[in-house]
Amino acid sequence: MVRKSYVLKHWQLYIMLILPLAYFFVFKYLPIYGVTIAFKDFNVFKGISASEWVGLEVFKDIFSQKSFYVALRNTFMLNGLDLVFGFPAPIILAICLNELRLQKFKKVAQTMLYLPHFISWVIIGGIVYQVFATNYGMINLLLEDLGIGPIPFLSEKNAWLATYTSVGIWQSVGWGSIIYLAAITGINKELYEAAEVDGASRLRRIWHITIPGIRTTIIVLFILKIGDMVDIGFDRPFIIGNVMVRDYSDVLSTYIYRIGLQSGQFSTATAVGLFQAVVGLVFILTANYVSKKTTDEGII
Amino acid sequence: MQKTSKFSLFDVINTLFIVGCVILCLAPFLHIMSVSLSSNAPIVSGKVTIYPIDLNFDAYKRVFADITMIRSLLFTILLTVMFTGSAMIMTTMAAYSLSVNSLKGKQLFMFIIVFTMFFSGGLIPEYLLMKDLKLLDSMLVLILPGLVSPFYMIIMVTFFRSTIPESLNEAAEIDGCSDFGKLFRIVLPLSLPVLATLSLFYAVGRWNGFRDALFYITDQNLYPLQLKLYQMVMNNMISEVTLAEGANASAVEYMPESLKAASIMFATVPILIVYPWLQRYFVSGLTLGSVKG
Repeated sequence: MVRKSYVLKHWQLYIMLILPLAYFFVFKYLPIYGVTIAFKDFNVFKGISASEWVGLEVFKDIFSQKSFYVALRNTFMLNGLDLVFGFPAPIILAICLNELRLQKFKKVAQTMLYLPHFISWVIIGGIVYQVFATNYGMINLLLEDLGIGPIPFLSEKNAWLATYTSVGIWQSVGWGSIIYLAAITGINKELYEAAEVDGASRLRRIWHITIPGIRTTIIVLFILKIGDMVDIGFDRPFIIGNVMVRDYSDVLSTYIYRIGLQSGQFSTATAVGLFQAVVGLVFILTANYVSKKTTDEGII
Repeated sequence: MQKTSKFSLFDVINTLFIVGCVILCLAPFLHIMSVSLSSNAPIVSGKVTIYPIDLNFDAYKRVFADITMIRSLLFTILLTVMFTGSAMIMTTMAAYSLSVNSLKGKQLFMFIIVFTMFFSGGLIPEYLLMKDLKLLDSMLVLILPGLVSPFYMIIMVTFFRSTIPESLNEAAEIDGCSDFGKLFRIVLPLSLPVLATLSLFYAVGRWNGFRDALFYITDQNLYPLQLKLYQMVMNNMISEVTLAEGANASAVEYMPESLKAASIMFATVPILIVYPWLQRYFVSGLTLGSVKG
């Protein structure tokens, strides 16, 4: 009896892989080849391959532009604000949700709190521009009753930073709490009972049992978040930002869109994108390494 | 062992805190809904908060009378269905093959796929590719580039590996069942939860997607709802903010607040309708993903 080779015997598995692999080749790896225009003087009519090589000229160009450094600084600044204010929020929320006595209410509250996660940034943007408007927005009307304001939440740079950060928390805090709630579920119930017998108050139990119990999760997520510092989504800064606050709202992703697709500087925009991708990769790999060293857990 | 049933001060404060969070979470939606149902005078004088004043449906009548809005909605529904269907077929094919432990070359295929999660060509090379493929301004450009999400594929691989008993696969193989047969008769029927979850992941992503349409679509007939809403409402709102300071505020085309709010609601309600299912499956999906592969 001739033993058929593995590939022949399981040809069906390989057939099923053809289309997905072709997809990755065309839509993911061809653009990676396209990155070469960061080192070329890209000419739309000549195409990617025939354009002339210029070495590192494009990079010299972007590193001498002030707007590039502004976008880079803003990327770190907005991500930093998210880290400082947005990172602890879901942890606090998860602990509070866990302490609720009425299970029915907890379920209902969770359902409500997850909702913003499913709303697109365009819709959130629409809501934000209405609620935070300077003349008749709900928030400024409330502040007026308190004798404060009006505060130009959308057109003054520093106020806008607060808007950007708080909207981000509003959108993600509920959803972000799920992972911590799951971690809390994993804590041994006997610890709480023993602490209660010993007369530990609720706050003490949170401090000495809940928080140490989810410490690893917190550390891993914190490190990974730092690994994502260079990476910033497009929708949120683009939609919530506007020309008045561009000094703060222009980040790498929106900068690439502006100089690339809107001004047609393809080589320059590609070079910025490549810079972001490479630095981002270094950040992620470092974060993953640190995470594995400190907690034995990583993503790769 | 819930012996302490007494509602302490701690519980009161904590419950109030969560109630506050829930109110903060829902108030913006209530506000927009109220604005959409109110008449103009109370809105501009700032009387409308979280309930309508002078209840009327004029703004909605205008939204539904706008044929481009309706067309955009129908287009987005069609797009979402087509995208979700094709993405699920592609993802399942890849995930099933890669979940077979003995597959030769598995490591290499996995690496090829996972690498794209950490490094990509970026916006401009992708745009130029779409241009070269003649995909700009076509429905396909909103479908093809996102067909397989490596992240969702890994969730599916993990599910197949951890929930389908190896013995079942072996028994089927001894009975002469082919790989296709195993997929259709054993794996898929046992994987309905993960299939439902990932379909919803893909569908919501497509429904809410805005970026790719902004980059690749200029033909207004092919505007998905999010881009339509952005061009119609957000642009108007943003110019109001940016021009209000200058003298040329009159350059902004006038659009009543209630109409903007009604347009926002028009795009929000479909998500609210499916939300109860979404929420259930999404949470279970998140826990599926946390099982390490």
